[in-house]
Amino acid sequence: MAAHVVAKKTYFTVFATLIGLTALTTYVATIDLGPLNIVVALLIAMCKASLVVLFFMHLRWSSRLMHVVGVAALFWLAILLALTLSDYRTRPWTPAGKPWGTSNIQFNR
Amino acid sequence: MSTTAVAPTTGVNYLNAQYGIRSWLLTTDHKRIALLYLGSVTFFFLIGGAAAVLMRLHLIEPQGALLEPATYNKMFSMHGIIMVFFFLIPSIPAVMGNFLVPMMVGARDLAFPRLNLLSWYVYIVGGLFTLYAVVAGGVDTGWTFYTPLSTTYANGNVMAAALGVFITGFSSILTGLNFVVTIHKMRAPGLTWFRLPLFLWAIYATSIIMILGTPVLAITLLLVALERTFHVGIFDPALGGDPILFQHLFWFYSHPAVYIMILPSMGVVSELVTCFSRKRIFGYSFVAFSSVAIAVISFLVWGHHMFVSGQSVYAGLVFSALSFAVAIPSAIKVFNWTATLYKGSVSYQAPMLYALGFIGLFTMGGLTGLFLASLATDIHLHDTYFVIAHFHYIMVGGALMGYLGGLHFWWPKMTGRLYPDGWARFSALVIFIGFNLTFFPQYILGYLGMPRRYAVYPEEFQVLNVMSSAGASILAVGYLIPLVYFIWSIRYGPPAGPNPWGAKGLEWETPSPPPTENFEEVPVVEEEAYAYGEKEAHVV
Ligand code: HEM
Ligand SMILES: [Cu+2]
Repeated sequence: MAAHVVAKKTYFTVFATLIGLTALTTYVATIDLGPLNIVVALLIAMCKASLVVLFFMHLRWSSRLMHVVGVAALFWLAILLALTLSDYRTRPWTPAGKPWGTSNIQFNR
Repeated sequence: MSTTAVAPTTGVNYLNAQYGIRSWLLTTDHKRIALLYLGSVTFFFLIGGAAAVLMRLHLIEPQGALLEPATYNKMFSMHGIIMVFFFLIPSIPAVMGNFLVPMMVGARDLAFPRLNLLSWYVYIVGGLFTLYAVVAGGVDTGWTFYTPLSTTYANGNVMAAALGVFITGFSSILTGLNFVVTIHKMRAPGLTWFRLPLFLWAIYATSIIMILGTPVLAITLLLVALERTFHVGIFDPALGGDPILFQHLFWFYSHPAVYIMILPSMGVVSELVTCFSRKRIFGYSFVAFSSVAIAVISFLVWGHHMFVSGQSVYAGLVFSALSFAVAIPSAIKVFNWTATLYKGSVSYQAPMLYALGFIGLFTMGGLTGLFLASLATDIHLHDTYFVIAHFHYIMVGGALMGYLGGLHFWWPKMTGRLYPDGWARFSALVIFIGFNLTFFPQYILGYLGMPRRYAVYPEEFQVLNVMSSAGASILAVGYLIPLVYFIWSIRYGPPAGPNPWGAKGLEWETPSPPPTENFEEVPVVEEEAYAYGEKEAHVV
């Protein structure tokens, strides 16, 4: 990895943006957007994470292989979320059981 | 067997280049670090083994012969935690991987030698935390740390044990990282990806799992700690959490982790089967890519541990189907090893006996995995001794057999000494017999309905339990014999010479034990892996 020299200015700009986005998160937290609350918070967080990875961790100037590594990490996170949600999202498909004693299944002893 | 022409003990090698405790504890030589790991995983194996012996003694009588029920619970927890996290996961990667990855790629060391030493220290610190948890009174959560038991009910030692596992996880992440970078960047001239020994493909796939999976385990354990100490609601329904979420997160790591344990063994077996049948591997690229396929697919099947735990049946369907898919690359390997034996000139030295044992026992373990991955049969078999038998066939019959096979194969390289071959074959046989006597009855017990993790059982199960305990004592003897002759050989074994098996591979082209820098000059590779039977192979 030949060290890529990044202008100090870039670092400071990114840093200022991160601080700005933090302020934005704090501000948005005071407004009630209903179900969008979490979506907006996560979107801002993702922007910040991308800035850190691209600039501070130099992914922007790295080799193709490093890009593959970065994408793989995201892909694996997607697997974790997708298959976990495949459980939570499909639970309501199964009708809830009836309370004890009211079921029409008979047990013959 | 080739001759023992070179007397290795006269030269300077990595063992006698420096002396003293300091030279070991501060070494950055991958070969010495491998030996540090060898000592420490053996230590943990003996502790974990002692717990198993106590459990099997206890289960000789239906009412339990030895331990209080609460103590029994602590025994199986300690056994599982130590064997999984402190023995099997580091075993082949950290011992043989450390020793062999640089030698097999023709390099002088791993890419990050200091990081390598750090990994060992991290592992030891993790181990100390877990040992502390044991000494301070033990934990009874099992190796799976399921919530709400681990968060709400279990005693405070859970935190120490979980912290130990958490810390050790970083050791495996660092080791995996080191291997990946080394295999990418430090291959000798001419050593293309498709000339790599299959052991390296297996270690590469294992490293990927370590890097991508282990952080999730770390986060999960951290969440348990958060909930226990600060009552943040993650897994506890009373706080708005969901206990099944723990199982999702835990198995997202731990199913791939079972492949961390078996893939390196598969790599070892590919080396052994080719060497002792004097043939090229049948279908090199299939065996290589099946390792990668296993690494990827293993991340898609974790829900098969949760069929009866409240997971949606629709998710269960998906996980069941995907679990069947992971059997395909595993089966490819088994068929290719068998095809390699076909018309080979097979010889039955000790390492080969272990490899053949691996193939048979792994197959049984893998096939019973399919029984468990079927939704309907798992309802009957879940949490019974059938599951215990399934994974011991793979982890002990497979992974451990591969580890011992590899140790017997590369011991002459590591120490420069030969061990007594007769004893080694004898112990392989004892282990095979003891193993089957221990674990085959457990399939039947589980099928008949005996649950796992119980300290007592109905009278009618006694005969099978006694068989299992008898087998365990044979197995224990089988493991102690190699311990004795390996130690004996360090002092008294005849010199091995550089290549006692007439094997192919760069690691056999240096003296045994190798010099600190492995190769005097950078080797150049001009042929495929496993070019056995070529007319006088010309290796430069
Ligand atoms: C052919 C591939 C495999 C399949 C389809 C498979 C399937 C399964 C299933 C369905 C279970 C859950 C059973 C239950 O709790 O009801 C299970 C448990 C287990 N398997 Fe496998 N398995 C496979 C390979 C492996 C391998 C390679 C290993 C280890 C190296 C392994 C280790 C385990 C362990 C440790 C458990 C028990 C975990 C626990 O509850 O403590 N399996 N397997
Ligand atoms: Cu699994």
